[in-house]
Amino acid sequence: MSTDVVIAGAGIVGAAIADALASAGASVTIVERAQVGGGATAAGMGHIVVMDDSEAQFRLTKYSRDLWKDLVAEMPAQVEYDPAGTLWVAADGEELQACNQKQRYYADRHVVTELLDEHQLRQAEPNLAAGLAGGLRVPGDSVIYAPCAAKWLLDRAISRGAKFVPGVVEEFELGGVKLSDQRLSCDVAICALGTAATKFFPKLAVKPRKGHLVITDRYPGFVRNQLVELGYLKSAHSDATESVAFNVQPRRTGQVLIGSSREYEQTGSEINDALLRRMLERAARFMPGLGGLNILRIWTGFRAATPDKLPLIGLLRPGVFLATGHEGLGITTSLGTARILADQILNRQPAIPVAPYLPGRFEGHSA
Amino acid sequence: MRVTVNGRPLDVHHGTLVAVAVYLAGETSFRRSVTGEPRGPLCGMGVCQECRVRVDGVAHVKSCQVLCDDGMQIETDG
Repeated sequence: MSTDVVIAGAGIVGAAIADALASAGASVTIVERAQVGGGATAAGMGHIVVMDDSEAQFRLTKYSRDLWKDLVAEMPAQVEYDPAGTLWVAADGEELQACNQKQRYYADRHVVTELLDEHQLRQAEPNLAAGLAGGLRVPGDSVIYAPCAAKWLLDRAISRGAKFVPGVVEEFELGGVKLSDQRLSCDVAICALGTAATKFFPKLAVKPRKGHLVITDRYPGFVRNQLVELGYLKSAHSDATESVAFNVQPRRTGQVLIGSSREYEQTGSEINDALLRRMLERAARFMPGLGGLNILRIWTGFRAATPDKLPLIGLLRPGVFLATGHEGLGITTSLGTARILADQILNRQPAIPVAPYLPGRFEGHSA
Repeated sequence: MRVTVNGRPLDVHHGTLVAVAVYLAGETSFRRSVTGEPRGPLCGMGVCQECRVRVDGVAHVKSCQVLCDDGMQIETDG
């Protein structure tokens, strides 16, 4: 007998879950109120990256990166997969020291990296500013165009029998999900609504963390690797209301995607001019030539942030599972999330321990 | 003054727009769209982006908004 599952939200996380469950034989319906992959998915950079902030974060990102690698051969061109690799840029000797530590951490866990000195860094990225201390390249990391990846995962799920229902979720009920125009019965409901999950479960430990992205005209070869300043973690992990970091990515089109900003306490999608300026000035400090490029578009989105920087994946209350709280790593960890959530629902043995991601780890979540 | 358009020298009057120099040089396709279609000036006022050319090595310069300068190197990708 197959399990009837309703997934709320067709961002990259919901789409990946639909694909994982449909391929396991579950009977899947996925509900989306707007564009597939049009929420936080479209406001991410699409950077597939292994991170080392915590052991749990490492395991989920590494597991997920491996799952992405397995899919590369099947990916259609519009997913724009680019094995660009990450280049962590060290501004000074202290950060280069941190690169050394990072390299040891990765080496202990069989992740290949290359340490670059000042000269090698300039050779790798001629448009970086002079005087930067060096960097750490992670060649196994990559870049995708996330909205198209979400659409592709959803199409795969549909080809495996999943049903797509455009609609607005109004309530997670016992044994079903109520939409504005119908009720879908199910054994299992999954909330993959990003920050909107708090609308249904107000006590959830998820806060919106706004970000800005800027994309330029086409300048092929201007940047080669996904560049991130090593100080990025200071921005990502600070609890300051506002922070920015140098985060620049080459797109397959030759365009340059520029991030990143982080803002708590904001719910409107308007551009914060002062913060945008700080973000671009930071980027231009690392890459002075960016100042001469034409910007085509600036937009914002909302990461679903949790207090411990780990997502919420698992049972929330009987019949309702969660998959949200991915903050800035939702594109990378969508596949790992889908796999370990499907494992929990289908009583399979997960490949990595799931305890660090269980929603129950925070007290006072909605029951 | 003298500029070059795709490497060929061209004498222009002071105050000549880069877009006009490209036309005077006999070029009609200023750039190619993403799908390879030829493009050229449409609005003539810096909005439509269709007239972009490379000027002195800098890509995506709106040719309808820039005046020629002596020695300027103008390149189309038409």
